[in-house]
Amino acid sequence: MKAKTVDKIATSVIIAIAALIVLVLAGLLGYILVRGLGHVSFHFLTSAPETIRKGGGIGPQLFNSIFLLVLTMIITIPIGLGAGIYMSEYAPSNKLTNAIRLVVEVLSSVPSIIVGLFGLLVLVNLFGFGFSLFSGALALTVFNLPLMVRITEQGLKGVPREQKEASLALGLSKWKTITSVMLPIAMPVILTGTILAAGRVFGEAAALLFTAGMSSPRLDFSDWNPLSPFSPLNPFRPAETLAVHIWKINSEGLAPDAGEIAAGASAVLVITVLLFNFAARWLGRYMYRKFTAIK
Amino acid sequence: MNSIIEINDLDLYYGEFHALKGVNMEIPEKAITAFIGPSGCGKSTLLRTFNRMNDMIAGTRIEGKVEIAGTDIYSGDVDVETLRKRVGMVFQQPNPFPKSIYDNVAYGPRLHGITDRKKLDEIVETSLRSAALWNEVKDHLKRSAGSISGGQQQRLCIARALAVEPDILLMDEATSALDPISTLKIEELAQELKDRYTIVMVTHNMHQAARVSQQTVFFLNGEVVEYSETEKLFSNPTDQRTEDYISGRFG
Repeated sequence: MKAKTVDKIATSVIIAIAALIVLVLAGLLGYILVRGLGHVSFHFLTSAPETIRKGGGIGPQLFNSIFLLVLTMIITIPIGLGAGIYMSEYAPSNKLTNAIRLVVEVLSSVPSIIVGLFGLLVLVNLFGFGFSLFSGALALTVFNLPLMVRITEQGLKGVPREQKEASLALGLSKWKTITSVMLPIAMPVILTGTILAAGRVFGEAAALLFTAGMSSPRLDFSDWNPLSPFSPLNPFRPAETLAVHIWKINSEGLAPDAGEIAAGASAVLVITVLLFNFAARWLGRYMYRKFTAIK
Repeated sequence: MNSIIEINDLDLYYGEFHALKGVNMEIPEKAITAFIGPSGCGKSTLLRTFNRMNDMIAGTRIEGKVEIAGTDIYSGDVDVETLRKRVGMVFQQPNPFPKSIYDNVAYGPRLHGITDRKKLDEIVETSLRSAALWNEVKDHLKRSAGSISGGQQQRLCIARALAVEPDILLMDEATSALDPISTLKIEELAQELKDRYTIVMVTHNMHQAARVSQQTVFFLNGEVVEYSETEKLFSNPTDQRTEDYISGRFG
């Protein structure tokens, strides 16, 4: 065959594959949104679910998902930043740090159901945290943390050496150089990565089945004392998240409109995750422009 | 002239590589000393020993003595941060921080503990004046440092270094990324600054060394071949290799 013909065939095959991927995604999103969006209303987003009657909502589940996300991030961000800074700036490059890097990689590829079972055995039973938001947040930390560490490390490694040297040459300590020059420059990368990680947490179900639990106690949205058992802010109450709710209602829902509720909840979930992605891109670009002052 | 930096039998290794070989030299106070020589001859390496920037490179080993104002800067009890406050540095590429012009200059003093707004304003103004940049930027100090020209950025970097009140200013090929007019401005600036600061500059441009410096040091393969008053070195070098280099036979 002539080189030109080969080139044409290769190009068409590649375009076909790309088109296929886009089609699959568009079909998937379209199907979920078309099926679900009709069911989404303000009432649906805010009211409590019904067990056997029609017309239940996903209010508590939506709240749980967001609250769990916040809790996870409160645990993940400081530890991840700290470890990432250490790996990038302080760790000597030797066998030990290479081993740590490998462990971090492996940790991020542990199947989430395994993390869930680990959470059940260790967090829920052994440590006695019970089925709770706190257990769920710790389980999610297990696979959010590696991501956070890697993002921070890559962000800091990407800071131009000249910037770092300029600060050190002024007699600033390593720590001050990191906090006042390097972190601001790395911030767009870190922030984008963090939001993407948050999107993953938001959609996670398997790790939460056995840790945050599949039930939600009746929440009293007028009680904001975190220690009260009915308060939505209590981190030690069981909490079913949106993703878990979709799974449960699809497999064992008794309400006559279970199918619609699952479809509506799926649409809400997908839209939220998409929003996270867009927010990440926008914020990353905005911060990059702000810090580098490129107009 | 009094010497402020004294180097005795200095050897420096990057791992196995012997980058500086038995360097002995004195650098006079409040004057410009230029380091010349072909690429990879060790001139930047020696410059970077004065503020211990080589510490950052893993596997660097040093033997011998570097004394600044009588203190051996490689002895155990020397605080690197204090040393670097006294020995400022300007790099090859202008490297202002992605902050405003004001914040770039105020960065050092601020993190060294000065918080008083008036005092900072004063430091920023004097430093920018010393760097001959004040008149060009005084009306838009809040503007990003990335928005001014390369030559202005380099003078901003000089102002930033001066703001922490060093005694010595190291310039590592500070004009090699600049156009001829900006280069000339920096050279003029160096002439003004030498009354107050000791300046050591690395340059790959012999004419620059001849134009601005009082003392010139010629490096070759990690050795100091010759150092003397600039005029003498260029008109009447004692070593054949120096003569070959300045007459353009190699390098």
